[in-house]
Amino acid sequence: MVIVSMKILVLIKRVIDYRVKIRIKPDGSWVETDNVKMSINPFDEIALEEAVRIKEKGIASEIVIVTIGNDAMPEILYGLALGADRGIHITLEHEIQSLQAAKILQKVAEEEKPDLIITGKQAIDDDANQTGQMLAALLGIGQGTFASKLEIAEGHAVVTREIDGGHNTVKLKLPAVITTDLRLNEPRYPSVPNIMKAKSKPVVKRAASEFGVDIKSHIVILNVEEPPKRKAGIKVKDTAELIDKLRGEAKVI
Amino acid sequence: MSILVIAEHNNSKLAKATLHTVMAAQKIGGEIDVLVVGKGCIDVAEEAAKISGLAKILLADDVVYENFLAENIANLVLTIAKNYTHILASATSTGKDFLPRVAALVDSSQISEIIAVISSDTFRRPIYAGNAIKTVQSKDAIKVITVRQTGFDAAPATGGNVPIEKIATTPDSGLSEFVSKDENKSDRVELTSARIVVSGGRGLGSRDNFALVEQLATKLGAAVGASRGAVDAGYISNDAQVGQTGKIVAPELYIALGISGQIQHIAGMKDSKVIVAINKDENAPIFDVADYGLVGDLFQIVPELIAGL
Repeated sequence: MVIVSMKILVLIKRVIDYRVKIRIKPDGSWVETDNVKMSINPFDEIALEEAVRIKEKGIASEIVIVTIGNDAMPEILYGLALGADRGIHITLEHEIQSLQAAKILQKVAEEEKPDLIITGKQAIDDDANQTGQMLAALLGIGQGTFASKLEIAEGHAVVTREIDGGHNTVKLKLPAVITTDLRLNEPRYPSVPNIMKAKSKPVVKRAASEFGVDIKSHIVILNVEEPPKRKAGIKVKDTAELIDKLRGEAKVI
Repeated sequence: MSILVIAEHNNSKLAKATLHTVMAAQKIGGEIDVLVVGKGCIDVAEEAAKISGLAKILLADDVVYENFLAENIANLVLTIAKNYTHILASATSTGKDFLPRVAALVDSSQISEIIAVISSDTFRRPIYAGNAIKTVQSKDAIKVITVRQTGFDAAPATGGNVPIEKIATTPDSGLSEFVSKDENKSDRVELTSARIVVSGGRGLGSRDNFALVEQLATKLGAAVGASRGAVDAGYISNDAQVGQTGKIVAPELYIALGISGQIQHIAGMKDSKVIVAINKDENAPIFDVADYGLVGDLFQIVPELIAGL
């Protein structure tokens, strides 16, 4: 039996747009985010698209977006325009680590009782690749990370995962957490009528403090700096010179 | 300090990534145990026991660990986690899968993909696709860490002879089950441990033309890599992708063929010792990181290289 009334929670994060070249703050405390173009984390966009496709197949009936952070309204609206039904906007003044985010999201999941939770495998800001796995652990449910294919059938999710050296496929009992890899799907662009409609969809704002979880950071950021620059070398004129350099100068062949 | 390193292996052989993670553990300093968890993996435990500088090997050999399901591995690690100040795994697809689960269950903020150890609680790690390096200090009692292989040399694989201790196994979680595995069959050296990597990009133009990359790799005994563009275009399978969202490599020689050099790709190969770029566009950003650049038609140059090497 396919659950026809499946509810999907999609977790999204607002990040610096992937096309922007980041600047580090002069005091080395963090990356400059003021007056920088922000977007939905690209992996989370894939998560949203997957949820919408599951709903379009008639397997899910409701998609709820959850995000944490003060200024995430444009990204929630974008998600609603892509096809989500409602949003939960958890407001918080400062950045938090994956563990603290997972603790808040655990409370949301316990209230919402979704059949499936989908999120990106990592956010392209901190590149931590943790939140989905941590949330699954805290909820005591299974996880299908780095998904490149997802099928839902009879209370299970069958997930094909991108792993070192190929793929593997696991079958998860629902509810479960899925984290998306790049090749799961290609997200659509929201249509203008859907962008208009998104504005009338419900979004609930809640303060992070409402959930009663300890969100004190366990990590102190001591410094953020530029990576060492690699200097450009020389241009060689032809193949013979290249072979000569690799043999004589670099001694790598 | 007592450090647990969880070995990466395939039930018959220890992966080289483990040696790099042991090196990171040695930089932290303290007594180091290596956990070998899998099915029928006694050979791996014996191989690990020879690594230089360890205290002991812990072996958990049971059918529930055969396919390294994150739920089962995490539950096992949890039974011994309290004995350690640090728990380390390689930042491979297996380590990245199960270790955050362990971290959440011991209420620790995992530090992902460290590239340097500053002290026993302070580490450096890349963020924003390698465009910034963050130094972080952990206040957790149990520090949970994944280690990026290219940040550390390999610990000596021989010279040690430590005891192997069997530990109690845990029951199946019942949350997930393994269905199948589809491994890319190839005789080539593995991408992340290869001495030479030859990578191709969109400049190859087609799946058929990508054979040129493979021919050069064969000639050099090299691994084959690719840019995201080449993977998305279907020239080669996804596991060949080099870049922030794919594999991070640091070979002695990296040859980029028809790769423009997007930030994402550079982040995955910029720590290579020598970089060669061949591209018809002289303004391609790949030349900014290349030690030797050759502007020209790769369909002419690569056959010349194969003939000349």
